[in-house]
Amino acid sequence: MLNSFMSYLHSTVTPGEAGNQLWALIYVLIIFAGVSLTVMWLINWVERKALAHFQVRLGPMRVGPHGLLQPFADALKLMLKEDIIPAEADQLIFWIAPVIGLLAAFTVYTVIPFGPSQAVSDMNIGILFMLGVSSLGVLGIVTAGWASNSHYPLIGALRSSAQMVSYEVAMGLAVVSAILMTSLNSTGTGTLSMIGIVRAQQEQHVWFLFKFFPLGFIAFVIFAIAMVAETNRAPFDLPEAESELTAGFHTEYSGLRWSLFMLAEYAAMMAVSSIAVTMWLGGWMRPFPNLLHGPAWELIFSLFPGLSFAAFAGFAFIGTVRMPKHSFFKVQRIGLGIFALVLAFIALVLFVIAIAGRNADTSIAASFREGIDYVYWFLMKIAVFMYLFIWYRATWPRYRFDQLMRVGWKVMLPISLGVLILTAIVGVLV
Amino acid sequence: MTEQKTPDQKAPATIPAQSKQLPGGLTDTSMRVTGTRLDPSGALGSRAASAAHLDLDTPDHPYLDSNELVINMGPQHPATHGVLRVILKLDGEKVLGTECVIGYLHRGVEKIAENRTYTMFNPYVDRMDYVAAVSNGLGYCQAVEKLLNVEAPPRANYIRVILTELNRLASHQLWLGTHALDIGAMTPLFYTFRDREEILKIFEKYCGARLTTHAFRIGGCLYETYAGFEKDVKNFLKFFEPKIDEYETLLTGNRIWIERTKNVGVISAADAIALGVTGPVLRASGVKWDIRKAIPYANYADFDFEIPIGENGDTYDRYLVRMREMRQSLRILEQAVNGIPEGPIMAKVPKVIKPAPGEVYHSIEAPKGELGYFIVSDGSTQPYRLRVRPPSFVNLQALDVMVRGALVADVVAVIGTLDIVLGEVDR
Repeated sequence: MLNSFMSYLHSTVTPGEAGNQLWALIYVLIIFAGVSLTVMWLINWVERKALAHFQVRLGPMRVGPHGLLQPFADALKLMLKEDIIPAEADQLIFWIAPVIGLLAAFTVYTVIPFGPSQAVSDMNIGILFMLGVSSLGVLGIVTAGWASNSHYPLIGALRSSAQMVSYEVAMGLAVVSAILMTSLNSTGTGTLSMIGIVRAQQEQHVWFLFKFFPLGFIAFVIFAIAMVAETNRAPFDLPEAESELTAGFHTEYSGLRWSLFMLAEYAAMMAVSSIAVTMWLGGWMRPFPNLLHGPAWELIFSLFPGLSFAAFAGFAFIGTVRMPKHSFFKVQRIGLGIFALVLAFIALVLFVIAIAGRNADTSIAASFREGIDYVYWFLMKIAVFMYLFIWYRATWPRYRFDQLMRVGWKVMLPISLGVLILTAIVGVLV
Repeated sequence: MTEQKTPDQKAPATIPAQSKQLPGGLTDTSMRVTGTRLDPSGALGSRAASAAHLDLDTPDHPYLDSNELVINMGPQHPATHGVLRVILKLDGEKVLGTECVIGYLHRGVEKIAENRTYTMFNPYVDRMDYVAAVSNGLGYCQAVEKLLNVEAPPRANYIRVILTELNRLASHQLWLGTHALDIGAMTPLFYTFRDREEILKIFEKYCGARLTTHAFRIGGCLYETYAGFEKDVKNFLKFFEPKIDEYETLLTGNRIWIERTKNVGVISAADAIALGVTGPVLRASGVKWDIRKAIPYANYADFDFEIPIGENGDTYDRYLVRMREMRQSLRILEQAVNGIPEGPIMAKVPKVIKPAPGEVYHSIEAPKGELGYFIVSDGSTQPYRLRVRPPSFVNLQALDVMVRGALVADVVAVIGTLDIVLGEVDR
């Protein structure tokens, strides 16, 4: 067991491929815990803070320094709430619905490549699997709306199913145009494997975002719009449209069940973002590998994870200093100070690993450094998308149902079809 | 009791879907439709007249049954601006008809007036349209002044104009924020509330209250302006002009905003006039009717301003009209604050107000439309009858005409664009 544990540290393939069940299990646990925690704590907090600052207010400030513990307080509150199933609801389906949504959102993480070997498994139909399973999420919403046996949730569920179906099409076509690009190699065969797609970008020395400019870019934009619609976020948040349908499909849900829906929504946001990152933004690859390469640049880029944590630690430290000098804030100040120290310690560890593993040999430090780099850049790219999601929400009004359909079928579908055909033509000619 | 029904109205229909036996042996008989019914033989066009028979009985389809959905929007709903209840009859998402059920905030303000002296009733009017309390107060005070044959002195009139125009801005800001929120744009709400605060600060400094100000008295104003009042208002004008641009940056050219508001809730000028719609809703349909110009009151005749009008009578035009109105209000404010004369602020009014028997109707241009007070005096210290013509109540009639055939999301947009305050609708 220890053997299989150690042997993977130098592996260049995913545990799924290597048949290393122990590490596959470890990855599943890490991903499940990591995604849950990130969603529940980090994204929740960042969304509330960022949204608040867009809207000239402070956001959560009371629970923990700068509201850092607010998400935990909320989670605790949600868990302690009474578990209500409406008397008229279809109990079994009402119970299953959020679980379906959550399972669909989390299952896709098995094929997301955080690095060339940092994934549970490398499926040869990875992207198909992802699109297929992530569309199952709509089943959770539809069943939730149906089982609630109430008018508003029903309308929300109907909206949701229609919306998801129409945006899947444009989304799929955009993905196909990226998959076509993977076949531009000596053998002429493309791949559906998520890792294979990133490797294809590596071999062609270009992110597919810039491939056949502007074709890749347009396909990316189509996908970026469709993925907002797919995850029911503003401005396409019609299924839960607060001002119209009170809360849409989850009107009758409360407490833990409701929070499962939220967890699923945010997990799905990260999942679709990672599709976009894999298909067009070079997955785990760091930016400018063509332009800035050589040992010096490698070292500088490998310092980035440490630098980010050092910056976070710096912000936390400034926050500690700026905290009002009053006994009321004493606990908060100490808490934030400890938080800053923890971040600084993580930054230090990352620096040490980056420098200790600078020689690309087979030492554990080197493979750690590589792994950290891959995961870091992948997560940073996802973070950009998460920020965009929040930004959209702060900026735009909501589309109306028929306009949403029109944009999906009459604008995005023809454009993505055109892009697909042009990509094929250009690919043949090149 | 307050007479709210028109004589030719039919007996209120009970809605079958709502009056069914509820669990626990309760029978829901309270939900009777007391909303707005239109006279089919009246002057309205055929489109408006079709609103007359909102038959909420779902007809039996023996074959290919497609049931309509009858759902309740409100009285507790995030987008009905209070306790408005709209019964929607839907075919999928399409609105087949609506019924407004009102009265959830009914306090019998008009009846209270019959048991209070003229002076005592003055603060009550602030609680009707609590977003534009100053305008309500102005309308009432001027109506009683008309009954008494008293004129407020010029300085009082200037103060009144300044405060009412500030209140118009505050009311429009609140409308903009909530309207944008209804359509899904969260952020303008916070911007408008941030800037509305500056107006409320001026009110607070002037009379101590922020919302229900009770700023005016019969015959003029009770309070002299505080030191620095003019400066505060001028600073506010300078502060607020760029803020309107800021709101417009977020919305006016926004593609989604335009799509959500253009050709939504269209009401023709003829329909609007027939339904008695007033204020920005009427002006957006292209009717140049503003009581500040048409029947000038206070000293609005002294000021140079324009009446913005729209063309299409849709939600986008109503939005533009209100935005331009805010700029015109700034113009009026600038002239008023620069021309404010010295002199008394209170006319000679008897201590006990006892108007001669008679009746008077006085209306002003409140932010939401024509706000009228009809007062019948029997020569005693209390009004014999006081009737308010609230703009929100009358404008709400247009809801059904505007949303018929539209989608659910449009109902929310139209409720927002009508700019109703339920305190005023129900009184």
